[in-house]
Amino acid sequence: MTDVAVPLTTRKDWASDQEVRWCPGCGDYSILSAVQLLLPELGVQRENTVFISGIGCAARFPYYMNTYGIHSIHGRAPAIATGLAVTRPDLDVWVVTGDGDSLSIGGNHLVHALRRNVKLTILMFNNQIYGLTKGQYSPTSEVGKITKSTPFGSLDTPFNPVSLALGAEATFVARTHDLDRKHMIETFRRAHDHPGASFVEVYQNCNVFNDGAFEAINRKENRADMLIPLEHGQPIRYGADGEHGVASDGQGGLRLVEVADVGEEALVVHDEHRVNPSLAFALSRLATGPHEPTPIGVFRAVERPDYGSLVDHQLLEARARGGAGDLSSLLRSGATWNYD
Amino acid sequence: MTTKSKPVNEPGKVETIDQVVIRFAGDSGDGMQLTGDRFTDESALSGNDLSTLPNFPAEIRAPAGSLAGVSAFQIHISDHEILTPGDAPNVLVAMNPAALKANVNDLPAAGTLVINVDSFDERALAKAGYETDPLKDGSLSAFRVYEIPMTSLTLEACRPTGAKPRDAERSKNFFALGLLSWLYHRPIIDTERWIVRRYNRVPIVAEANALAFRAGYNFGETAEIFESSYDIAPAEHLPGTYTNVTGNVALAWGLLAASHLAKLPLFLGSYPITPASDILHELSKHKNFGVRTLQAEDEIAGIGAALGAAFGGALGVTTTSGPGIDLKAETVGLAVSLELPLLIVDIQRGGPSTGLPTKTEQSDLLHAMFGRHGEAPVPIVAAKTPSHCFYAAIEAARIALKYRTPVYLLSDGYLANGSEPWRLPDVESLPDISVEFATEPNATGTDGEPTFWPFTRDPDTLARPWAIPGTPGLEHRIGGLEKQDGIGTVSYEPANHEVMVRARAAKIAGIAKNLPAAEAEDPDGDARVLLLGWGSTYAAITAGAKRVRKAGKSVAQLHLVHLNPFPPNLGEVLRSYEVILVPEGNLGHLTRLVRSDFLVDAKVLSKVEGSPFRVGEIERAILQEIERLESGAAVPDASGQVDARGRGPAVGGSSAEEAAL
Repeated sequence: MTDVAVPLTTRKDWASDQEVRWCPGCGDYSILSAVQLLLPELGVQRENTVFISGIGCAARFPYYMNTYGIHSIHGRAPAIATGLAVTRPDLDVWVVTGDGDSLSIGGNHLVHALRRNVKLTILMFNNQIYGLTKGQYSPTSEVGKITKSTPFGSLDTPFNPVSLALGAEATFVARTHDLDRKHMIETFRRAHDHPGASFVEVYQNCNVFNDGAFEAINRKENRADMLIPLEHGQPIRYGADGEHGVASDGQGGLRLVEVADVGEEALVVHDEHRVNPSLAFALSRLATGPHEPTPIGVFRAVERPDYGSLVDHQLLEARARGGAGDLSSLLRSGATWNYD
Repeated sequence: MTTKSKPVNEPGKVETIDQVVIRFAGDSGDGMQLTGDRFTDESALSGNDLSTLPNFPAEIRAPAGSLAGVSAFQIHISDHEILTPGDAPNVLVAMNPAALKANVNDLPAAGTLVINVDSFDERALAKAGYETDPLKDGSLSAFRVYEIPMTSLTLEACRPTGAKPRDAERSKNFFALGLLSWLYHRPIIDTERWIVRRYNRVPIVAEANALAFRAGYNFGETAEIFESSYDIAPAEHLPGTYTNVTGNVALAWGLLAASHLAKLPLFLGSYPITPASDILHELSKHKNFGVRTLQAEDEIAGIGAALGAAFGGALGVTTTSGPGIDLKAETVGLAVSLELPLLIVDIQRGGPSTGLPTKTEQSDLLHAMFGRHGEAPVPIVAAKTPSHCFYAAIEAARIALKYRTPVYLLSDGYLANGSEPWRLPDVESLPDISVEFATEPNATGTDGEPTFWPFTRDPDTLARPWAIPGTPGLEHRIGGLEKQDGIGTVSYEPANHEVMVRARAAKIAGIAKNLPAAEAEDPDGDARVLLLGWGSTYAAITAGAKRVRKAGKSVAQLHLVHLNPFPPNLGEVLRSYEVILVPEGNLGHLTRLVRSDFLVDAKVLSKVEGSPFRVGEIERAILQEIERLESGAAVPDASGQVDARGRGPAVGGSSAEEAAL
């Protein structure tokens, strides 16, 4: 998307006067600036923009935005945002959350906001660790993770957030990472413009408690061979010269291939609009963690009426059928009788 | 059943009575609630005063014919003002042996038993735990028993419909309804019309029900087994238009009214839970009022969504009961911190945990009062009768909006499902509860530019401004972290925290300034005993007090609608009585609050049996207190608090202990 709207605001307009207090070197800084750079380009207004968060490092985000915002309670941001989005369809409602906030304590609200397709833009900062509570393993930490609460290694299998979102009937699912501002901005733009619930997993480095978690795939020198850019309508390939690719494994899944071995025509063509989420899901299963070639970009973008519009439609229908509600008639809608 | 004329043992004779209490009891699948509802509507249309008490199991269909599966509906109808569904039935309609067994102990001697004998076979008797047939072993000799083969008569009546016997048999509740309608001269045309409307999609069922209903009515008239039928004159009423309403419907309508009066769209975030779900059901029907209902994924999401809607300028409401209240506690605390309007409607039921889902209790008052971490005061409003739920909803919304605070609205299972005739208000007479959103900056920033401070307070109400998204120039961030007084930025500063804690407390306490003064009702003017109540005990307390006064004794009554803060003069009123007796459906919640707030020796009269107080229980307790005073007992009763049936000491500061100190 290159035809940028005339900027009505500048980046400065979107930054609050609050000192940003993430640890120096935290990946959250670059996500914040990507969002603050994007918003002027979207041509949206500060007063119509709301950031809602839960608890965690990521959740401090709303304080740094000069918009309306709520820093709420652990895990509940999607629920609170649902109430706002459904009653105020005129607003742009963003949810900023982390892997602990949205996949542990708030897992229920996340999946239901996605399946309802509430008009929310959900940015999930995944650093695979609990930062604000000082370094316990999270629901996206790899098995065997040594942390303060797992001195002998964690035992639980992690969530794959993209797979989870797809399984929750999400209509828009994407992944980006904190070292590529341009990719973040374009991904957030797509998420914002999506007419429904959008879910973006942002690989984010916690340089204090989980430094370098994504280095193997997103350091500049590793990106070409370890990040698989998803482009709608294009054969899925990666590598400095596009020498690697993704092809069917013949068993309903996908596998990594060398283009030279299989031929270009064997590559899978990405189709983010496919109603059946199987391809997107198979893509999400290509990597078991950020140490193998990992797809980034938009996995799925399909259209389904958003929840708030459906709710409003029912209200309009009810009014068309029965007229605007009249309190006095309502009180008299059952059997009534009079005494003089 | 007080008879005004001598019984006449001739068929076709009519007696006039002033009141009767009828209980319909059957299996959960027998449609007893529906039968009761219809009988209620017929009675309301007859102009009788009435009060109802449904009583049903938590299981949708417990094993058929078992004691656990018995569902009952009690209705009290009269030619004069009544307040309660009656302490005991005069007439028990038992559709099967289990219904008889579960209810017969409540029937006083000489009471009337109407029994469906067709259901009294060996298997059903065994299921109900009867070793011998009570119809034959003489155990019912104290009652007037009418054995009627309701099932076979229903099958016979429904034959023309061609319905299978298995289906036709299900119409037997309409047979019973028809029979009782004849016995008490209820108008039947409305029920006949109702059957047509209700079952219009399944004509065969409509026809079977109508035939069974008519057959029951005709059976009463022609079978000549009843000595007489009964006439109950209409009660005297204030002029006006009336309807019969349950507490949950009244509460839902009150929320719609509050939305109308506040000129704000209504948003309900709710998760289904007994006995609160009917509010969700009712509001979901009225989308033409602009109400948005969200059946959330859980209790927490229900209140969270309501709070999000409130941030956007809607009247946000969540409804729940029992365990749902526990789950919502954290979000209530957030709402206290955000200082946004929010209604938390709690239809109380028996606890702890899942407890008694379908049975009433008043045991959430202290949770509403204190059930949050930190200093988190929340106003509490309690409804006292089914129709009062309407006004209580408006009052709770008024406080929430004016003071930008979450408010607990307490009802309970008894009010929720119970019904009473309601003299409808003139909508124009309802209060304007609208408030203004902030539209302009209210401070000057360090740069000299106008800016918005979300935590400046109105000097009168101490409420903060409600600035909703979409308002240019008023962008601000709120949250659960402590905020700097005024400017509203995050602040961990100790002195500021104390300022904010005290400001929030003062705001809630200050609501009392504008509450009506508490006024005890003491018609004789010389009462020494005060009955202090809240919530659904209103009916039983009022009726109990009336009985005591009728017997020539004085007693005062004060019923609280505002539980936090209390009316401004409550302490003064309480201190002017020698004995304060607090009947409540818990072990002493209000009792503890008034004892600690006012250092008065309030005494609880507890009942936690899943059912409302009987009038007799209140009456007895009052008379005991009066007797004790009159006998000149200088030392307060040393037995401590007692429950409604006079058993053992309950918890709560015992007067005896205090006396010993």
